[in-house]
Amino acid sequence: MMKNIDSSGHLRGESIYVDDIRELGGTLHAVPFLADVAHASILSIDYSRAKNSKGVIDVLTAGDIPGENQIGGIINDEVLLAEDKVHFIGQPIAIIVANSHYEAREALHLIDIEYQELEIITDPRTAKEKGSLLFPARTFKSGDVDKAFADCEYVFSGKADSGGQEHLYIETHASYAIQLERDNIKIYSSTQGPTAVQKTVAQVLGLSMNDVEVDVTRLGGAFGGKEDQATAWAVMAALAARKLRKPVKLVLDRADDIIASGKRHPYSSDFKIGLDKNLKIKAYKVTYYQNGGAVADLSPAILERTLFHVANSYFIPNTEATAYSCKTNLHPFTAFRGFGGPQAMFVIESAIALSAEMIGVERSLIQEKNLIRKNDRFHYGQSCDSNNAIKSWDKIYEKFDIISEIQRIRKFNSDSVFIKKGFSLMPVCFGISFTKTPMTQARAMVHVYQDGSVGFSTGAVEMGQGVNTKLMQLAAKAFSIDIQRIKIESTNTSRVANTSPTAASTGADLNGKAVLIACREIRKRLEEVAAEVLEADAGEVAFVDGEISTIRKNRGLSWEKLVETAFLKRVKLSEIGHYATPLIHFDKNTERGHPFAYHVYGTAYTSVVLDCVSGVYKVEDVKIVHDFGNSMNIGIDKGQVEGALMQGIGWMTMEELKYDDRGRLLADSLSKYKVPDIFSAPEKVDILELETEGPELAILKSKAVGEPPLMYGIGAYFALRDAVRSFNPASKPDFDAPFTAEKTLLALYAVRNKK
Amino acid sequence: MIKFILNNQTIKTEKEEGSSLLDFIRTEMHLTATKIGCREGDCGACTVLEGSLVNGILTYKSIVSCLTPLVNADGKHIVSVEGLNLDGLSPVQNAMAENSATQCGFCTPGFVVALTAHLLSSQNSAAVDSLGGNICRCTGYKSIEKAAVKVDELKQVLLFGSEIEQMIKKGWLPYYFSGIEKRLAEIETIKTNMDGILISGGTDLMVQQADSLRHEKIARAGDFVSDKVAEEDGTIKIGAGITVNDFFRNGLIMEHLPQLSDFLPLIASEQIRNMGTLAGNIVNASPIGDISIMLLAFDSRLVLENKDSEQRQLALKDFFVSYKETSLKPDEIIKYILVNTDMDMNFNFEKVSKRTYLDIASVNTSLGITVDNKLIKEVYFSAGGVAAVPKLMSQSSGFLKGKELSIPTLESVLPVIKSEILPISDIRGSSRYKSLLLRQLFLQHFLKLFPDEFEQKDILNIMTTNSLYDEEY
Repeated sequence: MMKNIDSSGHLRGESIYVDDIRELGGTLHAVPFLADVAHASILSIDYSRAKNSKGVIDVLTAGDIPGENQIGGIINDEVLLAEDKVHFIGQPIAIIVANSHYEAREALHLIDIEYQELEIITDPRTAKEKGSLLFPARTFKSGDVDKAFADCEYVFSGKADSGGQEHLYIETHASYAIQLERDNIKIYSSTQGPTAVQKTVAQVLGLSMNDVEVDVTRLGGAFGGKEDQATAWAVMAALAARKLRKPVKLVLDRADDIIASGKRHPYSSDFKIGLDKNLKIKAYKVTYYQNGGAVADLSPAILERTLFHVANSYFIPNTEATAYSCKTNLHPFTAFRGFGGPQAMFVIESAIALSAEMIGVERSLIQEKNLIRKNDRFHYGQSCDSNNAIKSWDKIYEKFDIISEIQRIRKFNSDSVFIKKGFSLMPVCFGISFTKTPMTQARAMVHVYQDGSVGFSTGAVEMGQGVNTKLMQLAAKAFSIDIQRIKIESTNTSRVANTSPTAASTGADLNGKAVLIACREIRKRLEEVAAEVLEADAGEVAFVDGEISTIRKNRGLSWEKLVETAFLKRVKLSEIGHYATPLIHFDKNTERGHPFAYHVYGTAYTSVVLDCVSGVYKVEDVKIVHDFGNSMNIGIDKGQVEGALMQGIGWMTMEELKYDDRGRLLADSLSKYKVPDIFSAPEKVDILELETEGPELAILKSKAVGEPPLMYGIGAYFALRDAVRSFNPASKPDFDAPFTAEKTLLALYAVRNKK
Repeated sequence: MIKFILNNQTIKTEKEEGSSLLDFIRTEMHLTATKIGCREGDCGACTVLEGSLVNGILTYKSIVSCLTPLVNADGKHIVSVEGLNLDGLSPVQNAMAENSATQCGFCTPGFVVALTAHLLSSQNSAAVDSLGGNICRCTGYKSIEKAAVKVDELKQVLLFGSEIEQMIKKGWLPYYFSGIEKRLAEIETIKTNMDGILISGGTDLMVQQADSLRHEKIARAGDFVSDKVAEEDGTIKIGAGITVNDFFRNGLIMEHLPQLSDFLPLIASEQIRNMGTLAGNIVNASPIGDISIMLLAFDSRLVLENKDSEQRQLALKDFFVSYKETSLKPDEIIKYILVNTDMDMNFNFEKVSKRTYLDIASVNTSLGITVDNKLIKEVYFSAGGVAAVPKLMSQSSGFLKGKELSIPTLESVLPVIKSEILPISDIRGSSRYKSLLLRQLFLQHFLKLFPDEFEQKDILNIMTTNSLYDEEY
């Protein structure tokens, strides 16, 4: 099995991240000056003391921007540097540039600013009431939900809230801008979206895109947090580098990164669910209040994906889902693994849990009865093309003997006073594609050098997910040569242009297809040369392990010899492959279409153990049947499942973004915002492959894997709920994730103490 | 001038004593394997090895370089991943590679160093226990756990007590390690002056005041405060400069306070325990200081010393005055902690935080109790997170003393406990949660210490019928 190509470099500490790039002489260091109030008019700012501080070269403000002071990715509602108003704590107002990072930081305290505070909104429902929306609401409908409710045996309503989540990539946002000759500027950025950085730098600096080169070697974690959110910091470094004609590095301190940068959206939602007497869900009506923060960022796209994942893995014939993106005075909320999907799934799972508790049946019974089947239509019109939801459900029961597992838990609970276990099943169905169709394209540039080595570039950004390894596997396979002969270049906008961000789990699919297209073109030409040399038809030429031969005449020709011959014959040994995903389309007027290339399915079983004295819990066991398609690198793919699962569990259990009513993030450091450590990992994680063929639109039929498994983590929430209710059957805790140790303890003793 | 060895290079530097070792390694030495993750000791990406001569013997441990003031590197061997690299992968690196335990790679050097520190040490704990201070956001840890199991296997073949020699011999460490002991012995270390800012492990001051410490003169606590433990006339005299790990692993402590050892993992992480000192945890006066809460239950006393070397004794419970305020006079330092050797008590410590390990408690509590013939003879009940200081619950303890160890006793002390505390709502939890939690943990002490004396059902009955918290729901 092919290991991650970066493995050795990582382990030896030799891999280079932005902050590790050896600085050029004269490099300056920038630190942003961030707003300390959540909503205010700026009455006055005096930078004179800061400018006179030791080592400070300059303080840049909106007035120093030669182009537009605008960085909004989808909606033009976000300034790079605040002018007369600030809208959230952490909003950048100025950039201090100094000889060293510390000197810049020390000058922060010397800026005299006077604010007039304005009304602060932090709650999305309040924002909605006050008409404070980032953009108009959207509604997806199928069937006739009101009529269907009238025919339902059971109808339940409730509220479900899920909290935000900090990405906590260990590498903070980082950029390094170098002013080159003429107007050219080169930026090393820790971004998932080099083209977004390039385009925005051009816009803010008043340049053309071809003046701006963005280069990315790798990221120290991203998870969506560096899709759009990396842009501002790169633009600031570029702005300073351009004005001062010096290299400028801007690496955020964790304290700044955590308060200023975007996170997963908190959602508050109202649901109404209707079931018939056979427990078939007939109707589902839901309203999502997405806390969008002060600026739109990627919220429109995230809100849209929420609407696509209203029903998770279930077929519900009548649905109505409305989503509001509520403008509040908090930092931006942005892409985070799952991209609005997890929030939708938490609501439908809550609705099912409530139904099961009210009716008095196992939650899993309702889940199982409603799994989507082949040819059922998703509520947005796309037809379901497989029975993978049911297959993964059945397989988990069969292979892991879930029935016995559950019996063991029930037995354990009846014998135990203070330690209770709980379990849940969590099916997941996640659509793969950027839902904005123009983004579903990619290019790859492949060079075969005259010595037979191969170098290639794509738009994919490596952030630990192993995309570079997969792409190299593809190139090696396409040429039938050893992977050692192949090098993948950094992601660079001058080599591969107009890239989509590496996001939506699509990095390997889109860029991989482009790599294959480019490689096949070159190979076709090489086959012709080989046929000539071997005196055969091109169709008879076979490439095997660096040797080229024909079936008829087994005269060996080495790859190196073939390439050299082709070069001497002046054959084109470079190619740019272009791929655009076929078939997909979506009409926003009708909210109908075929937005996804395919769906990824799976089911997780989760068990937890809860100490009912202290409220402390542990995730014991997670068993997963996951639909990898025909995985091209099962080691990397299982690593993605394990990592996403842990992040999902973190989101549902201990990761809690707390704000005060002044819009200040209280969980503003790693000592206050807790992500899972090694002891929080489930004691046991078993992952089985669902044997499926895999769709053509997935690279080598190997399905996208980055995001879907995160949502298995939702199972931890419902397993905890099960454990709480085993101890205290009267307890009906609010559906309010994360289920922190505080909430478990309060839930364990809540109702029972009320006489 | 600060002198130390960084990997294989002897360093002599005039850089600020209070600047961070991490910055020195990255900015001055251009060694970039050691990463900046959080600068508060909570992620482990900057983990390095610190080698020093302990009783003349070279000993290594993991520390976080972000919180290490440069002056604390003086006379030490500091090792980053660059200094562990061999021609091929080291056995630790190989264990990680074979188990696909690296994804984005940013945390990886920290894990490699932490695991290597474990391999070098004479600890017989599991390798995974050395990783509590390292956060990985990509892998979900299962692959890292497998690598740690492999490290356990590697450790099996190393003869206890001579790990370093053997690792050099086996080619698991670069050969230059064989000369380190001699080189360290030859370094003439500096002696800091008492009139600077007193800093010991740096695990709190370097978080709170890193910017200003760079400009300050530093008084290194190690130059003034002992880290040795001694037994004198029925008293254990603990040098207040002892690190948390050294304290828990000290022979005398294990002999006289064996009850403590189970609770070590609940305090900070391996790296922080290797740096943070008892005095630091006490003088910080945090209302949830774990060490303070433990030592309160042993009726500990402090020996304070002023700059004229005059000493006075003070009960630990009287040391804490109000929020972050202590009885320490400006020219005093904590010199020793005293515990009676005859504290032959049942002891339990409970701590609940959002994350079980390397987290700050919502509530922590200790109970030291002696029961004779069903009667509570002696009792020290302490609680953190429920008042402005780490609190000895004097009234509750007094109430319990002399009473029968029984359900009615437990039930009747609950209102006393409630009357003694005033928790505030903050990031660690709401006040009603903390009140409830303390009640639960108080009862947990008895469930754990006296499983045969109480029926679980009876304790459950207290929890579920007691009306103490009703008004809050």
